[in-house]
Amino acid sequence: METVNLSINQTLVQLSLSDLALAALVILLLMLFSYGSGAGLERKIFFSAIRATLQLLLIGLLLHSLFEHSNLLWVTLLSTVMVLLAGREIQARQQYRLRGGWGYFSGTVAMFLSSMVTALFALLIIIQHDPWYHPQYAIPLLGMLLGNTMNGISLGMDRLTSAIWQQRRIIEARLALGEPSQTAIRPLRDEAIRTGMIPILNAMAAAGVISLPGMMTGQILSGTPPIEAVKYQILILFLIAGGTGLGVMAAVSISSRRFFDTRERLRTERIEPLK
Amino acid sequence: MQALMLKQLVTLHIGPIDLQIERGQSIGLYGPSGAGKSLLLRTIADLDPHQGEISLNGVSQLDIPATEWRSRVAYCAAESQWWGAEVRDHLPVGVDNSRITSLLQRCGFGEESLGWSIERLSSGEKQRLSLLRQLIRTPEVLLLDEPTANLDPENSQQIEQLLLQDQQQRGTTILWVSHDRQQLMRCCSCHYPMRQGQLQSPTESNHGDG
Repeated sequence: METVNLSINQTLVQLSLSDLALAALVILLLMLFSYGSGAGLERKIFFSAIRATLQLLLIGLLLHSLFEHSNLLWVTLLSTVMVLLAGREIQARQQYRLRGGWGYFSGTVAMFLSSMVTALFALLIIIQHDPWYHPQYAIPLLGMLLGNTMNGISLGMDRLTSAIWQQRRIIEARLALGEPSQTAIRPLRDEAIRTGMIPILNAMAAAGVISLPGMMTGQILSGTPPIEAVKYQILILFLIAGGTGLGVMAAVSISSRRFFDTRERLRTERIEPLK
Repeated sequence: MQALMLKQLVTLHIGPIDLQIERGQSIGLYGPSGAGKSLLLRTIADLDPHQGEISLNGVSQLDIPATEWRSRVAYCAAESQWWGAEVRDHLPVGVDNSRITSLLQRCGFGEESLGWSIERLSSGEKQRLSLLRQLIRTPEVLLLDEPTANLDPENSQQIEQLLLQDQQQRGTTILWVSHDRQQLMRCCSCHYPMRQGQLQSPTESNHGDG
């Protein structure tokens, strides 16, 4: 990838704390509406906003420090923490989930494989920055991949587990007819993969026409020429689609085997409804 | 020859159970709800985990792949389940068409019923078709859980005839759960009361197998 001189960067408007405080007024207004309408979301909105602010400030400080010391070990460590936290988030978002560590394991392994492989492919083969693990590229890229694959994987796994729980009698009827376990849940697996892929397929369909994707918007706001921002956005969309597809398929494939034992019996006691 | 043998069969709620059924024999099971009758059938079909030994023609269940076992030892649940849009979506592929047609006729259906929508089937039709889709696969053992529960007397009799005919022609072994003692007297050589997960002493019927 060739380097472009972005002299237009000089036009970046620096945001002050008072600017952010003004933006927070929108959140305050939302809380007031919620209170007025009786929706009861004020606390949730408040804590979500506080949580997002703290998390973003923390990653900002971390990235600032990482940019100054471009170190493979630190990048790997941060990436691992991000993957593990995303795995926990996948588990937390499911209405029905596999008992024990299996739900966490399936989602985390699937996400690790898909996001890491896709990120490494982008860093080593497409972007080719020197060093390839420079946090300016590696961390935002992995962050975007993880955020999207996490969404797809959690939707796909939730769909699979809920469907298996709800259709357990049908699955057993198919097993009783001599069908192999994976054939008996084939329609549910296909549906779970479709469900996991819907957000990224929708995002690709709407990109540039109905919505301007966040990354591209951010780059343009910070002064990157629109065409360069668009090129990055296309790269990211393709990577996210590939990563999400791989991740959802891997997660569905790994977890779907856990619903059955070696005698291909459906083990519903391994499914835990979230209280 | 022993078709089905259960030795010290135990699950969380039933057992220990010992039972031997000859090839072509029909055995009845009755008892109050929750006695473990359905669970026993499911366990023999290898749908529930268990301890102890189950064997078919002298071969242990564990030495037969699960899918093959369930094809040879067919379980018909009391409540039939359907997943496709039409009747034909629930029939096994690669089965001789003449067998399907013959069984359909014996169950009181025409060939056009294969294209019927599942949504328009009555519970009785579902019950008969659910039995039919198991019989099509020519199992050696049939595990029947209340096979005529939703049927009127005429259709019940039709199903009884069909099962007895299949048993005589192919030597099918049947384990039959029913609340209808008269039915068990008609169709089984003996029937066992089941209480609290245990088989009690059997009662002989007038019906002679095979």
